Amino acid sequence: MTTLLLAEHSNGALNEATAKALTAALALGEEVHVLVAGANSGDVCTEAAKLDGVAKVLHADADVLEHHLAEPVAALMLSLADNYNTFVAAATTTGKNIMPRLAAKLDVMQVSEIIKVVDATTFERPIYAGNAIQTVQTSDAKKVITVRTSTFAAAEAGGNAPIETVEAAGGSEISAFVGEELSQSDRPELASAKIIISGGRALGSSEKFQEVIVPVADKLGAAIGASRAAVDAGYAPNDLQVGQTGKVVAPELYIACGISGAIQHLAGMKDSKVIVAINKDEEAPIFQVADYGLVADLFDVLPELEQAI
Amino acid sequence: MKILVPVKRVVDYNVKVRVKADESGVELANVKMSMNPFDEISVEEALKIKEAGKAEEVVLVSIGPKQAGETIRTGLAMGADRGILINTDENVEPLAVAKLLKAVVEAEEPGLVILGKQAIDDDSNQTGQMLAALLDWPQGTFASNVEVADDGVAVTREVDGGLQTVKLALPAIITTDLRLNEPRYATLPNIMKAKKKPVDEKTVADYGVDISPRLKVLKTTEPAGRQAGVKVASVSELVDKLKNEAGVL
Repeated sequence: MTTLLLAEHSNGALNEATAKALTAALALGEEVHVLVAGANSGDVCTEAAKLDGVAKVLHADADVLEHHLAEPVAALMLSLADNYNTFVAAATTTGKNIMPRLAAKLDVMQVSEIIKVVDATTFERPIYAGNAIQTVQTSDAKKVITVRTSTFAAAEAGGNAPIETVEAAGGSEISAFVGEELSQSDRPELASAKIIISGGRALGSSEKFQEVIVPVADKLGAAIGASRAAVDAGYAPNDLQVGQTGKVVAPELYIACGISGAIQHLAGMKDSKVIVAINKDEEAPIFQVADYGLVADLFDVLPELEQAI
Repeated sequence: MKILVPVKRVVDYNVKVRVKADESGVELANVKMSMNPFDEISVEEALKIKEAGKAEEVVLVSIGPKQAGETIRTGLAMGADRGILINTDENVEPLAVAKLLKAVVEAEEPGLVILGKQAIDDDSNQTGQMLAALLDWPQGTFASNVEVADDGVAVTREVDGGLQTVKLALPAIITTDLRLNEPRYATLPNIMKAKKKPVDEKTVADYGVDISPRLKVLKTTEPAGRQAGVKVASVSELVDKLKNEAGVL
């Protein structure tokens, strides 16, 4: 049997999360087909077809699929379900929204946010904000899996898979897209950035957040993140939140500025290769996971850091 | 309209759990338990909708051991009207929870079910979506704003790229994210009042749902540890270490 991987994309471009989830899907040991569900998403199919290891791309193109709402996408995947025994998606907000809906329809217990494929039915996944790792084995006839992409390397290009058209399967009567406010930024995305600089409550205001964090991020070509406290206080938008219930990241370098290091924040960044903590409270828990700690006022040292790099 | 809010009893969010030495799970003895924080947000949102005159009754349901009754009382003290406790000492997976909730929905016929987007113990983030699927209802997950109107509900969702707003026909499922509201504290008079509010005790058998687990937990282990590194004295020392020692600049 075959694995169906749901592509993460913006209709215009394939998201790198797909190539990372593909690595996990291939580790299951079966042929992988990629499903591109969207509207005017032909370019995404071309990109997906080039990923090494993809055997076939299925393309469902319809207005109802444009915004990747759970109802029509889950209905589409269900209509294809007889041909597949495993369904995989990146654990993005899109994947998390759609996959449990499919799983329940298939009467399957989803395995959420796997960080390792042990064998075709056994997986490791974090629980309790990553303070414990559970090894679970599924006994369901079909498998539904979401993948924590920060722990899998992206599959390389090099393939040339055929693209096949499939029909959308409805599911549009009960929900409708109204609008969206997407952050416009030339910065790298949090999920794939090599360097991330994050700000916490100590920034004190959204103006200070802009004034102090942004110049260093610009200089480093870094993505910007934030702690929950900073997002709740309105210093930074929600899509920057790093943590247990926000984004989980693992860059080469993570610079935490004015972040105390609550368990929930550490859950989102402790797999970073190198962690730097800048905080004036030397007792802050963030220092317990930091490779390099600087006990100082971030308003003093961040401008200095900008000059020094 | 009636609003149903499922609430889960979980290890308090301030507790750093410890893995048992025999790898059979995490240590839950003598650990502080609380209502799942996302469920508190759900209760608050249901109460706000009721206070705005758009719902008549807020019903809580919890699935778990006897002590989950305390979690229901917490929500009743916030202002919910009554509770249903489905008593079981088994570990109930999200799919089975969704099946039990479906049975409760069929009996109670709410116009909205508001759930937390995830429980902070197993971090599955599934139950609301699964319940929506089983009922064939629309779903507005990860909500940061909810507007109930006569012809449906508009839900603004926190998504990876920012915010997305969807309009759902009623009845509908909503799952809550952190920015939706700030849950109220229960006042002492309301805590006293909550003791007199009705809580129905049920069993899994009452609903005829098979809750046998589909996932077998082979072991539970400590994550790879991270050692604290060194303190640097200045920005120049930091930049030097990042360039020459860590090689990341």
